Amino acid sequence: MATRKADSLHDMPAIEQPMLTRPFVIRRVIKELHDTFSLELAPQKGSPPLGYKPGQFNMLYVYGVGEVPISISGDPGETGILVHTTREVGTVTRAMRRLTVGDYLGVRGPYGTSWPIDEAAGNDIVVITGGIGLAPLRPLVYHVLRNREKFGQVVILYGARSPQDILYKKQLEKWRSRFDLEVHLTVDRASGAWRGNVGVVTKFIGRLPFDPMSCTAFVCGPEIMMRFTILELQRRGVADNHVHISMERNMKCGIGLCGHCQLGGSFVCKDGPVYNYDRMKHVFTKREM
Amino acid sequence: MENLERILSEHPFLSGLDSAHVALLVGCASNVVFQKGEFIFREGEPANAFYIIRHGKVQVETHVPQKSAIVIQTRESGEVLGWSWLVPPYRWHFDARAVELTRAITLDGKCLRGKCEEDHDLGYEIMKRFTLIIAERLEQTRLQLMDVYGNPEG
Repeated sequence: MATRKADSLHDMPAIEQPMLTRPFVIRRVIKELHDTFSLELAPQKGSPPLGYKPGQFNMLYVYGVGEVPISISGDPGETGILVHTTREVGTVTRAMRRLTVGDYLGVRGPYGTSWPIDEAAGNDIVVITGGIGLAPLRPLVYHVLRNREKFGQVVILYGARSPQDILYKKQLEKWRSRFDLEVHLTVDRASGAWRGNVGVVTKFIGRLPFDPMSCTAFVCGPEIMMRFTILELQRRGVADNHVHISMERNMKCGIGLCGHCQLGGSFVCKDGPVYNYDRMKHVFTKREM
Repeated sequence: MENLERILSEHPFLSGLDSAHVALLVGCASNVVFQKGEFIFREGEPANAFYIIRHGKVQVETHVPQKSAIVIQTRESGEVLGWSWLVPPYRWHFDARAVELTRAITLDGKCLRGKCEEDHDLGYEIMKRFTLIIAERLEQTRLQLMDVYGNPEG
């Protein structure tokens, strides 16, 4: 069996048998939104926990149905528990949603690059995300808050479709109540009963309290949203190499063999999903990709 | 008046505007306060002014018969509310309602249009600033219309 080599950039451990699925048991099912749910998974008794870094993903296998790549959205400091937040969009995720506590799910991973959070030490941290894009960034926020003294200002800007579509609402409220963190929420549409912000995330970037000269931005959301977000960050004076994005493509093998997720000269499953924008900007705006 | 001049010149919308022009604007300006829930203007009414928001938050909304209002965007401190005073027939296209206690400076549209006609340098400065706002809002509206967080299958 092929072994994936450690990624020197992010110093990730190699996986001994990267194509081998391990059974995990579902400990908890959380209904997040009308079409989005989280699964808390634990390894089988006697089996070691699965370590990962913020931004990485796993291939989740619904036995007899199929396999999908899902980013890890839990707290990396909590070993032994694996959290995946998924939107019900296809055959596999629909089947996944029907699983209940005690059911098994096949897991292989973790795969891909992680948010380079250690490189951001000393900088202001700017997290800009929309929709389910908050899921792969949540482990990063947990990590930053656990190591809060290492960073300057920490700002989260989150955009959702409507007030009913705000992911991790309770978590965001909890974060918002902290004095060492700024959380800004906005929705694209709302009824008159909503008292929060209405407008796209890009509207708020110009007013976020961070130093553009010494910040690191982490961006995850639909590609259109990321494109316009980067434009606003550039307007603020943030250098391209201080912006990190998470890309999504049709990942199948997870180890850069099958080529399904090829994006320009890279494989998103192996060289991504987290990229430095400076490295990706030549392909980011190419329509063919 | 001196206080109003200072507030206007420090507001991001008028940042960098010549002090003589700020002094001209003061002649059209006055302080206003809106309580939570109070309408600042309503769709169809004459658009006689615009608002430079100092504190608070305002919803720009439209109504749908027999349903609650749809909020299109929110405006808050540091932003400008309203540009219908610039465009004939000078009527508001939406409602604006204070979400919380909101303090603003209102600039009389008719007065300002007159000053802009008299002093084209001032008119050009005002137009440049409003063009930027209109362009930003157009871009934001386009993004909203894209519904980027919508279900990929739906």
